[in-house]
Amino acid sequence: MLESINERYSRQIILPGFGEAAQQKLRQAKVCIVGMGALGCPALQYLTAAGVGNMGIVDGDVVQLHNLHRQPLFFSNEVGALKVMVAKQKMQQLNPLVNITDYPFHIHPKNALQILSEYDIVIDATDNFPTKYLLNDACAILQKPLVYGAVSQYEGQVSIFNNNLKGGKNIQYRDVFPDPAATANIQSCEQSGVLGVLPGIIGTLQATEVIKFITGMGKLLDGRLLTYRSLETQFYEIELTKNANAVNINVDEFQQTDYQHICNAASTEESLSVDQFKQMLQQQLLFVVDVREMGELPHVNFVDHQIPYSQIIQAENNLHIPVTNKNICIICQQGVRSRNAATIFQSKTLQKIFHLQGGLNAYFNS
Amino acid sequence: MQVLVFGSLTDIVAPLPNDIICDNTEQLIGLLEAKYPAIKTTTYFIAVNGKMIRENTPLQPTDTVALMPPFSGG
Repeated sequence: MLESINERYSRQIILPGFGEAAQQKLRQAKVCIVGMGALGCPALQYLTAAGVGNMGIVDGDVVQLHNLHRQPLFFSNEVGALKVMVAKQKMQQLNPLVNITDYPFHIHPKNALQILSEYDIVIDATDNFPTKYLLNDACAILQKPLVYGAVSQYEGQVSIFNNNLKGGKNIQYRDVFPDPAATANIQSCEQSGVLGVLPGIIGTLQATEVIKFITGMGKLLDGRLLTYRSLETQFYEIELTKNANAVNINVDEFQQTDYQHICNAASTEESLSVDQFKQMLQQQLLFVVDVREMGELPHVNFVDHQIPYSQIIQAENNLHIPVTNKNICIICQQGVRSRNAATIFQSKTLQKIFHLQGGLNAYFNS
Repeated sequence: MQVLVFGSLTDIVAPLPNDIICDNTEQLIGLLEAKYPAIKTTTYFIAVNGKMIRENTPLQPTDTVALMPPFSGG
């Protein structure tokens, strides 16, 4: 079927200030979306529909059932399929004029520079701090603007970092959040939940910034952090400033950085590896405190005491530390709540408090 | 003054304080840490009247102070 390009894009081409010139800029643009989840999918759909000529999509994950409430690009019968493959196929149907390159693996310091160097602008649609710092550093090295997005329960953040083109403010993620280790206690969606529609809004805001950047229209979220609060239906904007103490890393340092490690480095409490944990458990040296919420699975037979994390946070001043002559070790599903709980426990006792690094996920995967 | 908290801090700083009076941001954080000790387990930056600050900043009763942690989800 022959189609008229002008007809497909007619409703945006007739916009005052847009026209065929802006459409041509979109057609020539190259955009990389890292993360094909709840932020990446809506961004990809709108940029494909708008006619961005070349897009790269990076993600090594497969579709999972618990993704679908916030990633409606994927259907129930696609659970188990590679996200980038499903997304690419659907986008080719949506707009065959767009060229999409899939990267069906996770981005890491050894492949990031090569992939991202092919593109004009990068969208951070990732769901974890290590990759957010990695993308910041890679984009800083390559001097590529980075459209940042992130969500937490009912709220989302958007900004454009590292924009030193066109008189940009060149604020980096590290200017705002300079210490990767300090992020260790912040929970992910997996742990704290997210309203499904929220990342849809944030991802489309990211796509909007990309279109503005490419076409040169409007005022970018450059040097401004926008936070959307869905429960209040409010946008809150903060003017960002450069941080003289923020770290800038070079290519060699970048390729040798273990981003997972730098985001988990800070702790006053003691982490136990799965091996250490199993050994001490076998030697009956541990008093295991489970801080998962009641009813969280799987059940494990080595728990001595259960106190949900939500209760620890609420009743911190009246927290009862179990009396035992064994070593208290706190566990949860992923090792984030247990780390926080261990910090709180540790502030109330002279006894050394341990926690299981990586949580039960690591325990059962070892 | 009005205190706004976001992201992971909304669970920690609850209910939101509405009667805090203090001279500067350091004093404010001290008061909040005393009332909500779990604040110390997380990270955030501070903005006064919509502008990010890095140093102790004087506060007026009409000011709005936001405590903004990073979000990780996507």
